[in-house]
Amino acid sequence: MDWHLLISQLLNGLQLGLLLFLLAAGLSLIFGIMDFINLSHGSFYMVGALVGASVAALTGSLLIAALAAVVAVFVVGAAVEWLVVCRLYNKDHLDHVLVTYGLILVFDSVARMIWGPAGAAIALPEALNGRIEIGDFVIPAYRLLIIACGLLAAAGLYFLVTRSRLGMLIRAGASNRVMVTALGVNIDRLYRIVFAIGAALAGFAGILIAPLTEAHIGMGNEIIIIAFVVVIVGGIGSVKGAFYAALLIGFIDTLGRSYLDDVLKLFLSNQSAETAAPALSAMLVYILMAGVLVCKPQGLFSAAGFNRR
Amino acid sequence: MTPVSRSAGVYALIVVLLLAAPPVISFTGQAFYLDLLTRALILAIAVASLNLIVGCGGMISLGHAAYIGIGAYSVGIPAYYEVYNGFIHLGLALACSAAFALLTGAVCLRTRGLYFILITLAFSQMLYFTLVSIDEYGADDGLLIHRRSEFGGALDLEHPAALYYAVLAALLLFLFAMHRLIHARFGRVIFGSKHNDSRMQALGFDTYKYRLACYVISGAMCGVAGFFLGNFTHFISPEMMDWTRSAELIFMLVIGGAGALFAPVTGTAAFLLLEEFLSGWTLHWHLMFGLLLIALVMFAGRGGLHGALMRLDHRPGGPGKR
Repeated sequence: MDWHLLISQLLNGLQLGLLLFLLAAGLSLIFGIMDFINLSHGSFYMVGALVGASVAALTGSLLIAALAAVVAVFVVGAAVEWLVVCRLYNKDHLDHVLVTYGLILVFDSVARMIWGPAGAAIALPEALNGRIEIGDFVIPAYRLLIIACGLLAAAGLYFLVTRSRLGMLIRAGASNRVMVTALGVNIDRLYRIVFAIGAALAGFAGILIAPLTEAHIGMGNEIIIIAFVVVIVGGIGSVKGAFYAALLIGFIDTLGRSYLDDVLKLFLSNQSAETAAPALSAMLVYILMAGVLVCKPQGLFSAAGFNRR
Repeated sequence: MTPVSRSAGVYALIVVLLLAAPPVISFTGQAFYLDLLTRALILAIAVASLNLIVGCGGMISLGHAAYIGIGAYSVGIPAYYEVYNGFIHLGLALACSAAFALLTGAVCLRTRGLYFILITLAFSQMLYFTLVSIDEYGADDGLLIHRRSEFGGALDLEHPAALYYAVLAALLLFLFAMHRLIHARFGRVIFGSKHNDSRMQALGFDTYKYRLACYVISGAMCGVAGFFLGNFTHFISPEMMDWTRSAELIFMLVIGGAGALFAPVTGTAAFLLLEEFLSGWTLHWHLMFGLLLIALVMFAGRGGLHGALMRLDHRPGGPGKR
């Protein structure tokens, strides 16, 4: 067994899992608290990456770019909530689907107008472009930075949700919306803040991944589906559930793609294993989702006990 | 004699125009419009199948394009092995889409609301990514279909008008079947379960089984739309079942007016005409499309074109609602 490959695949899985967590945490909070389905959440991921790429090109600093991206997406998120989304909470889910699908079209075409069809690339600074050697393992430095930033963001969100007053209101809103309103909390403002925080987290994920994949139009629409799966597996409204489910799915997806053909070769002939493995590894995550749904239809850590209509 | 409402008159006129379209179009020599109409009717079959679960059952599926894909691959994969028998293609399309609907529906229907939407979406993406990863069948690039399905001497789909009439016949047959279905006991149970599931269960109906049956019928019907689409375009690719395609189907249904029997026809036609018009007018037509969709939901209210027609019935001089 090749230990170097295994370690690097585990790190890839961790990286994918943390990115998924940044996307899914916001989605899950928005689902759980507002009972709102946001298909256009991936657009915030794209906007974060594109704004970050532009700022990085202007200033040459990745740090400033990341800050600018997060702030910009926070503002865009709050604006979208104020203009469109807040009018939809009382409507049914079909309307949510239609309007947020419309928002995707709008975001994608506006982004194409501003940044052009090719999108934008970010060059990594010298310091981050290198590799770090630990013993005889060699790890790209930027991957470690993504993992560190993801863990930091997860810890920050954990602190915000469990230790701050805002977090208390968010948790209260997720478990009983009516009671929170009755206690005199300005629920409209709470919704707007939660929506904007969720957007900012997605934007942060976008700028983190942009130096590796380039920022391009429609990048959010690909990853957002897996983020939905994370939310379903983790349980709607639960940040903790989103964290564990994101890591689980990140590892399963990455390891499935690199090791499934070896596993299948134990049962099948070499040739059929090599044909079946790519298709099966593309399905693994969804099979996991179906399995969780059969055993626990509310997800592993459901928090939205009272708000389900 | 019962008075005929204006909306029924409009729908009857549409059917007559659809029946008369191929000779008129071939007379004027604008073959492009026959293609556009065929495409519209194929999509109308898919939207009609969606209407059965969304409009009648309240099951909002965001993964219905998967069945179009299954139907199209049921033509493309046999054709890849040089099997062109149309009965095999159609049988495969029906069997595979019904089987996929049964398997995924059994899981999806354990949940409701948001979960249902997301799970149907996830399953359709599963199929999408699976086909993207199978190199044998063209992966991302898809497959060309060199010959359309062959039905012996009975029907030659290579002839544009024959394909058009086959699609139209299938659509009208499905609409008639749906009309009978939703006015039968089965349809009443589905409606009832949409509005109050616990009450239907208290009345002794196993609503899960009824809803699952409804979901499977809808899936198989949409598979037929895929069978026609594969034949029509001579080409299949995973892109046919991308989730944005599913969202477009819902968009078409809502333009027509979800729940109304004829809404799929008018909604699909309106959607495609809008697409033709806007894409000819501006490069950034997706922006217009998106803004229009948002405005439609936020300001126009539910009912779509069907709702507008119903208001026509209630104007002075109209016969009013039954």
